[in-house]
Amino acid sequence: MAAADDLAFHEFEEATNLLAETPDAATTSRSDQLTSLGHVAVAAGTGSSYGAEDEVESDKTALLQAEKPQPGFWTFSYYQSFFDVDTSQVLDRIKGALLPRPGHNFVRHHLRNRPDLYGPFWICATLAFVLAVTGNLTLVLAQRRDPSIHYSPQFHKVTMAGITIYCYAWLVPLVLWGFLRWRQGVQERVDPYSFLETVCVYGYSLFIFIPMVVLWLIPVPWLQWLFGALALALSTAGLVLTLWPVIREDTRLVAVALLSTVVLLHALLAMGCKLYFFQPLPLEQVAPPAQVTSLALHTQLPPTLARSMGTS
Amino acid sequence: MRSRSREFDSSTLNESVQNTIMRDLKAVGKKFMHVLYPRKSNTLLRDWDLWGPLILCVTLALMLQRGSVDSEKDGGPQFAEVFVIVWFGAVTITLNSKLLGGNISFFQSLCVLGYCILPLTVAMLICRLVLLAEPGPINFMVRLFVVIVMFAWSIVASTAFLADSQPPNRKALAVYPVFLFYFVISWMILTFTPQ
Repeated sequence: MAAADDLAFHEFEEATNLLAETPDAATTSRSDQLTSLGHVAVAAGTGSSYGAEDEVESDKTALLQAEKPQPGFWTFSYYQSFFDVDTSQVLDRIKGALLPRPGHNFVRHHLRNRPDLYGPFWICATLAFVLAVTGNLTLVLAQRRDPSIHYSPQFHKVTMAGITIYCYAWLVPLVLWGFLRWRQGVQERVDPYSFLETVCVYGYSLFIFIPMVVLWLIPVPWLQWLFGALALALSTAGLVLTLWPVIREDTRLVAVALLSTVVLLHALLAMGCKLYFFQPLPLEQVAPPAQVTSLALHTQLPPTLARSMGTS
Repeated sequence: MRSRSREFDSSTLNESVQNTIMRDLKAVGKKFMHVLYPRKSNTLLRDWDLWGPLILCVTLALMLQRGSVDSEKDGGPQFAEVFVIVWFGAVTITLNSKLLGGNISFFQSLCVLGYCILPLTVAMLICRLVLLAEPGPINFMVRLFVVIVMFAWSIVASTAFLADSQPPNRKALAVYPVFLFYFVISWMILTFTPQ
C-alpha cells in the first residue's frame, strides 16, 4: 500500500512539471502512460515474461502512434477527430482522387486510416453552389444571345442542388457500406472499408465535377458532352479502383453487379445535373420549372428528373 | 452622474431607456467602423454582440425581396431563404472552425462573420440605386465592379479577425468556407433584378 502511494505521488509531481513546461500539451499522454504502466503490471502479474515483453512492445507502438481512447459520440472531441487534417493533407487527397492510379488504393494510400469529414462536406457544398450558380449563368448567357428568354434568379435550384448532392454523397455510401458488410458476413475475406472511408471516397470523387460544371458554361454541346464523359471516366475510375480490392474475392456476379451499379449511379448523377441545371435553352423556354420542381418534390433521385426532362 | 458613480454595484436596470439604447447603438457603430477599416484588433472578439449581425441580415433580406413576383418558384431568394443562408452558413463555418481546432468561441465567430456582411449590405444599397437608372451593359458592369470590391473587402475584414485563431497549417481550410459564404451572398446580390 505504501509502494502504491509513492507511485501515485511521483506521477502527480511529474505530471505537474510537464504541464508547467508545456502548458497546452494534452494531458492524455499522461493517462496513456498510466494505462501502460497498468498494462505492464497486469502482464507481469500473469507470469509469462514473453507475454509481458509483447505487451510492452505493443504498448510502446501504441504510445508512438498516440492512440487516444475513443471519446463517446455525444462529445465534441469525437467529431473533432474527423477534422484532424491539414491543408496539405486535404490537397493531397484531392489530387489522389483526381488522378487515380491502378496501383494506389485511395483509401490505403491517401486516407491511411484517418478519414476526414472536411473534404466530403465542403466539396459537396461547393458543388451544390457551383451547380446553381453556373446553371443560372448559362441562362444569363442564353438571354444575351436570344432576348426572348426570360431571365430569373431561379433560387430554388440552390435548394434542389444541395439536397441532391448531399443525398447522393451520404446515402449511397451508406447503402454501399451496408452491402459490403453484409457480403463480409456471408464470406469471410478482406476487411471492408468503414463508413467514413466510403463517404470520403465518394466525397473526394465528386471533386472533379466542380471544374466540369464550370466548363459546361461553354455553350458548345459536343464539348459539354466531351467534358462530361472525361470527368465521369476519371471519377468512376477512382471509385472502381478503390472498390476493386474489397470485392475482388467475391463471386463474379456480385462483383460485376456492384461495380456496374456504382458506375451507373454516378453517370445518372452527372446526366441529371446536366439536364436539370443546364437545360437546352433555345428549344424550350423556362416554363417547365414548375413541373420539374413539383415532380422533384415527390422523389429526389436524378433518374426521375432525367426521365421527366427527357419526356417533357 | 448617479449611474456612473454607482456603476460597479448597480445593475443597468435603473438607467433610462435612452441610455441603454444609445450604449448598444454606440457599441454596434464602433464595430461597424472596425469592419470598414479592418486592422488587427480585438474589439470585435472581446465584446461580441449579435445586434449588428441581426440588423445587417434583416436589412439585406428585406432589400433582396422582390415585392410581387410573377411565379413564386422562379424568383430570387425569399426573406426566409436569405435569413437561413446567412445564419446557418455562419453557424456551419463556426462549427467547422471549432472542429478544425480553432481557439475562438462560438459567439465571437458568429459576431465577426455577421459584422463582415456590412460591406455587402452597402453593395446591395448601391446596386439598388444603380438599378434605378436604365438597364444595360454599363449598369451591369458597375454593379459587378461594386460587388467584387465589397466581396474582397468582406473577406479581408473577416480574415483579419479570424485568421489568428487557427494553427498555420489549417488556415486555408478555415478561410475557404468563409470565401464560399460571402461568394454566395455576393451572387444573390448580383442576380437581384427588380420587377
